[in-house]
Amino acid sequence: MSRDRHPLFMPLILVGGLIFGFGLGFSQMARPEVVLNFLQFEDFGLLFVMFGAAIVSGIAFALMPRLRDSAPLTGDRYERRLKPFDRNVLIGGAIFGVGWGLSGICPGAAYASLGVGNVSILWALAGMFVGAYLQGVWRSKRAAADAAPAGAD
Amino acid sequence: MVADPIALQLTAELFPNGISRYAVGGLLVGLGAVVIYVGTGIPAGASTFLESTLSYVSGQSRFQQYVPSRDWRVVFTLGIILGALAFAATVQSGVITTSLYEPGTTGELYEVGGVTLWSTDVQPWRLLVGGVFVGIGTRIGKGCTSGHGVCGVGSASKTSLVGVATFLTVAIVTAQTVSALGVSP
Repeated sequence: MSRDRHPLFMPLILVGGLIFGFGLGFSQMARPEVVLNFLQFEDFGLLFVMFGAAIVSGIAFALMPRLRDSAPLTGDRYERRLKPFDRNVLIGGAIFGVGWGLSGICPGAAYASLGVGNVSILWALAGMFVGAYLQGVWRSKRAAADAAPAGAD
Repeated sequence: MVADPIALQLTAELFPNGISRYAVGGLLVGLGAVVIYVGTGIPAGASTFLESTLSYVSGQSRFQQYVPSRDWRVVFTLGIILGALAFAATVQSGVITTSLYEPGTTGELYEVGGVTLWSTDVQPWRLLVGGVFVGIGTRIGKGCTSGHGVCGVGSASKTSLVGVATFLTVAIVTAQTVSALGVSP
């Protein structure tokens, strides 16, 4: 990413976030109960949130590289930035799954939940920061201990 | 439209709150990600905010790699909060009404300054403990429901598809187990 950002970079990020958050509110995915009802097979509507969003973004991800070389506000190339697969995807995914299944909350929906007035969600946000901090300390130590540190994911 | 009673009954069982609020919400979530991608080339996820924001207060090497992106991630997260607040001030408050929105009956509604807000009934310990697992898992697993589930699946990333299948399966087993143990809500 370039150091000198386009003046519209931050406004565009904010607008994207606004639409994203409004959608999470509208879909009620910002309500932990609704997520839990989905995971307990009582209401399958949430599938439409995930797949609806993935289809919309999928169209843009497929189209943009064919229409333009680079993004107007960053000059970054439109390309698939694929995350490498390793054991961590399974381990981390499983730990995330325990948390999602227990609380009905994931990061984006938690921020949106605060926006719809759910003050109790501060418990979940506090938990997320504690969890992210714990893994960060652990992985920083492990990276320092390794003689030849593997590249960060 | 021809009404098929069996299909209607099945739909009512699988989707007791209809599908329109979910579909419209999902399209907007996708649109938010698209706006950012088209302008910047960034496939945005929501969970990196946790680590990138920790870089402001912690010198751990793990967090420092996110210093270049931490500012816009704060703006993105503020946008999500404000976007949800805009939803609360309009649709949730009844200022804007649409047949596409099914209000739902979970949690509790309360009012502050003419804005209808909503609060969960899910117990704090579940939110806190679940949050810790989410915080650890999403960072080790390289993504969350938006990074893997929306942007990753949208770009047909095999890593993300495996990630989503993993956390969805484990979350279903966890939620069913917790429910079977009689914990509610």
